Amino acid sequence: MAADPHSLVAPYALHALGDEDERNFEQHLAVCERCREELAGLREAAAGLAYGATGPAPPTELKERILAQARSERENVASLPRRRRNWTAPLAAATAIAASVAIGLGVWTATRPSEGNAFTRVLAQPGAKLIGMGDQGAVAVAPNGEAALMLRVQPAPSGKTYEAWVIQPNTIKPAGVFRGHDGTTVVAIDRRVPRGSVIGVTVERAGGVDQPTQKPFVATEATT
Amino acid sequence: MTALLTTPSPPLAGRDLAHLSDEALLSLVASSDDQALAELYDRFGRVAYGLALRILRDEALAQDAVQEAFLGVWRSADRFLAERAKASTWILTLVHHRAVDLVRREDRRRGEPLEQAPEPAAPETVEDEATLGFQRRVVQEALRRLPPEQREALELGYYGGLTQSELAERLDQPLGTIKSRMFTGLSRLRDLLAQAGLEESLR
Repeated sequence: MAADPHSLVAPYALHALGDEDERNFEQHLAVCERCREELAGLREAAAGLAYGATGPAPPTELKERILAQARSERENVASLPRRRRNWTAPLAAATAIAASVAIGLGVWTATRPSEGNAFTRVLAQPGAKLIGMGDQGAVAVAPNGEAALMLRVQPAPSGKTYEAWVIQPNTIKPAGVFRGHDGTTVVAIDRRVPRGSVIGVTVERAGGVDQPTQKPFVATEATT
Repeated sequence: MTALLTTPSPPLAGRDLAHLSDEALLSLVASSDDQALAELYDRFGRVAYGLALRILRDEALAQDAVQEAFLGVWRSADRFLAERAKASTWILTLVHHRAVDLVRREDRRRGEPLEQAPEPAAPETVEDEATLGFQRRVVQEALRRLPPEQREALELGYYGGLTQSELAERLDQPLGTIKSRMFTGLSRLRDLLAQAGLEESLR
């Protein structure tokens, strides 16, 4: 994507980007508040176009077919463990990390599980959540605890690495090291993220360490 | 609210959901309330089908697109709750995406620029028909007031399912020109629709 990503907001609102441009723009969207705001308005106008195509009523059996399918899925879903409600207790204040609130990032299209990077794959799972970290990036967390980070960072200095952490009230576990590159960096969190934990990132010596040596510079609470 | 999340909705007792906002219905859908889904379908199913039919030009495919879109609403309504957007925008965006993805897969795109949608068939009620007819006229009139090259970019993109690159090639214009036509066209359309009171008519 050589072009200025901001210029893709209208084609994106019209769903008129090729697959690759669309994925790239969605990554940009996660770190660009300005585009998210612009997109909200343009999307409304685009949805207005739908009313310009109003035609014949759909056959009545379509409604019944949709409802029958929906009900059968509810029965399946209800028995999955992700519906259990025994997630971990709220985070201990001891971690003292400001967690950002879950906000919408405008990515409505991630329904292609087989495509894309770790981030869009996580996001494509039913019930996955996007948690914003201001303009620094976002975390995607699926109900099964799979998670990925999308960050806007400088490449790590030589001899250093970024390290991701899954932080719970009594434990901090390493969740992968990465160098980062210009633009946005996508990182799969390489362990399951229990509900209510915080995902943080620190800068550590190359190779990574077992416990963080500094306060995470980005951290967000996984609310899924 | 917790009870709503864990208890299946009562068997069809004919709850009256008509007074609820679209957004309230979506939050019920997020807690697996199928009656709320039915109500949303009653509100948007016809517009959704019209759109899908315009894009796909095939009744069976249009039904598939609408079905997939509403099942998408069912499966991911909880994700919508974090968005700062209108439920109607979200739902119609899902329908548009499904229809366009399908038309690309089937490669049924033609997208003659100024083609009209099929004529409405028998109305369900006179009132519905009047509302839908009004909305349709407002949008078509707004499109007519755009400069032709902007209207063309919107129509070929939105109804025709063409990507910006395909449009650039077909119209023999630089990609940047297509992007800016789309941007300016959509921005103006938004103002025109607001002036014409489309918002108010959408309940």
